[in-house]
Amino acid sequence: MDLHTTEAAATDDERAAVDEVLGSPASGWRGGERDERSSRVAHGGHDLREKRHLLLPALHAVQARVGWISPGALNYVSERLMVPPAEAYGVASFYAMFSTEERPATVVHVCDDIACKTGGADELCARLEQDFGPSGTPGEDGRTTWLRTPCLGLCEKAPAALFQTAGEGRQDFTLAPVDAEQVEAALQSKAFAWQREYGSTPQTGRHDLRLLSRVGVADPESIDDYRANGGYLALRRALEIGPADVIREVTDSKLMGRGGAAFPTGVKWNAVAQAPALPHYVICNADESEPGTFKDRVLMEEDPFAVIESMTIAGYAIGAHEGYIYIRGEYPEATFRLQNAIDQARIRGYLGDDVMERDFAFDIELRRGAGAYICGEETALMESIEGKRGEPRNKPPFPVHVGLFGMPTAINNVETLVNVLDIMKEGGPQIAAIGTTDSTGPKLFCVSGCVEQPGVFEVPFGATLGDLLHLAGGVRGGRELQTILLGGAAGVFVKPDELDLPLTFEDARASGATLGSGVIMVFDDTIDMSAILLRIAAFFRDESCGQCVPCRVGTVRQEEALHRLIDANGSNGSNGSNGSSDQELALLAELELVMKDASICGLGQTAASAISSAVNRLGMFNGGPQ
Amino acid sequence: MWGSNARETHPIFFHHVLKGINNGAKMYAVDPRRTSSAEWADVWLGIDVGTDIALSNAVAREIIAADLHHKEFIERGTTGFAEYAASVEEWTLERGEAETGVPADVIRDLAHTMGLADRVQICWTLGITEHHNAVDNVLSLINLALLTGNVGRYGCGVNPLRGQNNVQGGGDMGAIPNKLSGFQDIEENHEARRRFESAWDCTIQPKYGWHLTQMFEAMARKELTHLYVIGENPAQSEADANHANHVLEGLEFMAVQDIFLTRTAEMADVVFPASASWCESEGTVTNSERRVQRVRKALDPPGNARDDMQIIADLAGRLGRTWDYGAEPREMAENVWNELRSLSPMHTGMSYERLETEGGLQWPCTSDDDPGATFLHGRLWSTDPDERGIPAPFSVVLHELPVDELDDDFPLRLTTVRNLSDYNTGVQTSGYSSPLRRDEALCVSPEDGERYQVKDGEVVKVSSRRGSLQAPVRYDPALRPGLVSMTLHFPDEVEVNVLTIEATDPKSGTAEFKATAVRIDKLANGSGNGRGAGAGPEKSSAGVDA
Repeated sequence: MDLHTTEAAATDDERAAVDEVLGSPASGWRGGERDERSSRVAHGGHDLREKRHLLLPALHAVQARVGWISPGALNYVSERLMVPPAEAYGVASFYAMFSTEERPATVVHVCDDIACKTGGADELCARLEQDFGPSGTPGEDGRTTWLRTPCLGLCEKAPAALFQTAGEGRQDFTLAPVDAEQVEAALQSKAFAWQREYGSTPQTGRHDLRLLSRVGVADPESIDDYRANGGYLALRRALEIGPADVIREVTDSKLMGRGGAAFPTGVKWNAVAQAPALPHYVICNADESEPGTFKDRVLMEEDPFAVIESMTIAGYAIGAHEGYIYIRGEYPEATFRLQNAIDQARIRGYLGDDVMERDFAFDIELRRGAGAYICGEETALMESIEGKRGEPRNKPPFPVHVGLFGMPTAINNVETLVNVLDIMKEGGPQIAAIGTTDSTGPKLFCVSGCVEQPGVFEVPFGATLGDLLHLAGGVRGGRELQTILLGGAAGVFVKPDELDLPLTFEDARASGATLGSGVIMVFDDTIDMSAILLRIAAFFRDESCGQCVPCRVGTVRQEEALHRLIDANGSNGSNGSNGSSDQELALLAELELVMKDASICGLGQTAASAISSAVNRLGMFNGGPQ
Repeated sequence: MWGSNARETHPIFFHHVLKGINNGAKMYAVDPRRTSSAEWADVWLGIDVGTDIALSNAVAREIIAADLHHKEFIERGTTGFAEYAASVEEWTLERGEAETGVPADVIRDLAHTMGLADRVQICWTLGITEHHNAVDNVLSLINLALLTGNVGRYGCGVNPLRGQNNVQGGGDMGAIPNKLSGFQDIEENHEARRRFESAWDCTIQPKYGWHLTQMFEAMARKELTHLYVIGENPAQSEADANHANHVLEGLEFMAVQDIFLTRTAEMADVVFPASASWCESEGTVTNSERRVQRVRKALDPPGNARDDMQIIADLAGRLGRTWDYGAEPREMAENVWNELRSLSPMHTGMSYERLETEGGLQWPCTSDDDPGATFLHGRLWSTDPDERGIPAPFSVVLHELPVDELDDDFPLRLTTVRNLSDYNTGVQTSGYSSPLRRDEALCVSPEDGERYQVKDGEVVKVSSRRGSLQAPVRYDPALRPGLVSMTLHFPDEVEVNVLTIEATDPKSGTAEFKATAVRIDKLANGSGNGRGAGAGPEKSSAGVDA
């Protein structure tokens, strides 16, 4: 490809960072020295273009080394991978954790999303604004800054912050709960004491747990401890019964996807297994970005081998030899532990050319996202792995036929995969007996917000909303329940009198709600719901990938209308020049319809869901809670 | 892609190449420069200028040595394999590397890829043909296609990319010195000649005419004294321009028919302003895949400009012949075409109606129900000897270095190239602005820039054995040390053909534009001239190479 780059050149540091991912340049034509051989030969073409999927890792490397992606670094990455610089820029500028403008090496991303708002995020941000200036202001020495960020998936320990620290040997890390002193110390480049806390599963120690049985029990960094706690029995059985029977067991279990779409896993696996095109791929969707969701993070941090083992079973069942875990960039600890698990599994022969000496080759590559909610959408996630902007594809064709690199692909959520372990060990019908007829097996819920004991809870399908609230110790401080957000920012608000709602796919659907990714976010009567709604609207406006008009424009209009409504209702009820509340509500309803009908993917289709439920279910702007 | 920078010189064709690449086709680019086409290649082979035969012979030798040649096809459809195989035997990979500069492992890779591929197309342009041994260069590539059975099958073959939309059409219509319309040989095909004589009511001498280079030689000998030039600008496009202009100035009479007042037209006694064929004329064109397509008139030509057909027919009238093909261009064009169909069997099936409804037809198309041919030479695969006909011969071709040798006085190899923004001598492009256009410059590798201590942008004197000129230097990483390049797009600013050699291929008459020996001298006043300023030809003491 004849690339036209600017004259900006990469620094030695930037080149070294990229070379660590891509290896040293093979010739003078790809960023190396011009020598005698490169005056005679150049290799490129298909071999090089097939490495496009390394674009994101290369950009990560540059960002992690120098704190931003300079034009020179971008040119170098473009040359190395033969990606047009405009496209590389398009990718680099798509993801929130990458900066294409010079930025301090240490960035503290402070979550101001809805769960953290219930945990003091607004007060934290206000203090930072007062002491350091608004989000994005560089610190005194120019080496630090802070930014507001959407949900970091640490909701059970709100407020939370992600410390993105560039430089050789430096690692990103998260802190939750984080206090102002810690953030301020970081912003002043001072050393400060911190300890990343685990332990987000109040049920730990109970013996009836399945998905959480090892969480808080087994050492997540030891494969031996994993095996001592039942690890790799499931894979052993899978390899004994063969791929067809694995799929049959999964089908019999009636396992449905836990990422939000609730698609039958057995049907998905069977379709990929039957697809004639080769190779097949399996992807673990670990881009857990739905505000209020953190169950997958807990599984990955505290039982990472379970993710690896269940993916291996999936790969075996569908005839794949390569698997990808796409984990959100804001999860550095989970990334570390998964990578450790992969490395140990390789060493011990649970991954590699001959898994458990059963003549089955399978390996897993871990890919980090870089801050984009949309990449949780399965086709956007595939685009992102392929080194492109995370823009969802039109469907059909569905990923089971045309998925990663255009090949048949089974993509499953972390929790869905971990369910497969017990299905293998106990049998599909046995697991199907748990829960209700249409919602089977155990289910994880992420309870956060104004409760005594937030965390991940495991219950059989069929437990009620009230059961979960009870498990979490009830409303914090004995205050009055105002509302519960069920299913995340893309979910719905339910009323305090709906606590009897059984948490099953069918009951949620019947009541016009959704389980989504298992979010149960509790708001007591002290919470300003207007601020929560505005934050949700801002979230979708910010996270819309911009590819399709209904979503790109709709999410902006929705936020604007919401502002007008709240401003009007907040003052003396007059609307100034902005039309009546009725008109604004009608506009919101119309926007919801357009986004639902005409958006390419689930983001646009659900971007109005929570706001609509606040209006229609809670009666906001109509005499209900404000 | 051998000796072709189609990315820039055939952008529409290359668009189709890119589709192929996107569908998984592999591309190898053989070119002294790492062109923008080569940047799309899976492998670029940077050969020394003028060593194409050495490379193709080495590839052939490796294909045979690795037993990858298509024995069945060679046996059935070709002759002369044994002699050919013997002639390439000395071309080991090591010798190939020594002669071409391309590393042996890369030559081997090309040979094995060609030998194992299901289908191979070899495309070339002027990198192959603008040499003193152009025909041998082409034959050496044809040898490779025959050797691997990449002839006469769908998606295979040899493909000389044409420089204009209708170069093929010119040949089809008989605008070549040795063939009548439809490639019917003037000397050998007596039946055809008689057919034309009867239709045209005249006598056609059974004798080949002169090609362009021979015409210039005849002009220099004063044997050719009158010239009628249609759509050509030899005053600027010929190699060794000083010589060409001298010869044209010595003519007794010259008429030029063109859409622009070219440098050649400025020298003419009579100028016929012509219509632009693609939008102001009726007729047909034939593209590189032998597809004849209709051209329709959209605009009236400006001023006194007229359709070429009408100019020629009127000229015939003044010379005492009545050519009555009709008055109106559409009618006239179709009548001329129908006459052609009656005389050229390969065009007989191509009525205007069919050309219009079927989106063009590929010759040969001999009857109304003949769908035309998507590829040629399929007969060579036939098991029936009668159907197979005359087999395709291998040609023993010997490697010869360019005529203009490099030595201590002229150590740099200058090759002429083309850019996307401009077309040939600029007659059709220089009147338009282009964001991609850059001033003429002598492109040199950064290494040579350092070696000769000339800065990017510095004006230098460039000399060959025939002449010299001044041009600014431009650093170009696509070049390797020892290789320099210039375009021929801006003859009014920098007349590169002052430098080039007129050594021509005896068979095709093409001059060796691609290989000139030059040297660079710093100007006394250094870079004071600035980019482009003061650049221009100056006659060397050697003067005109008569």
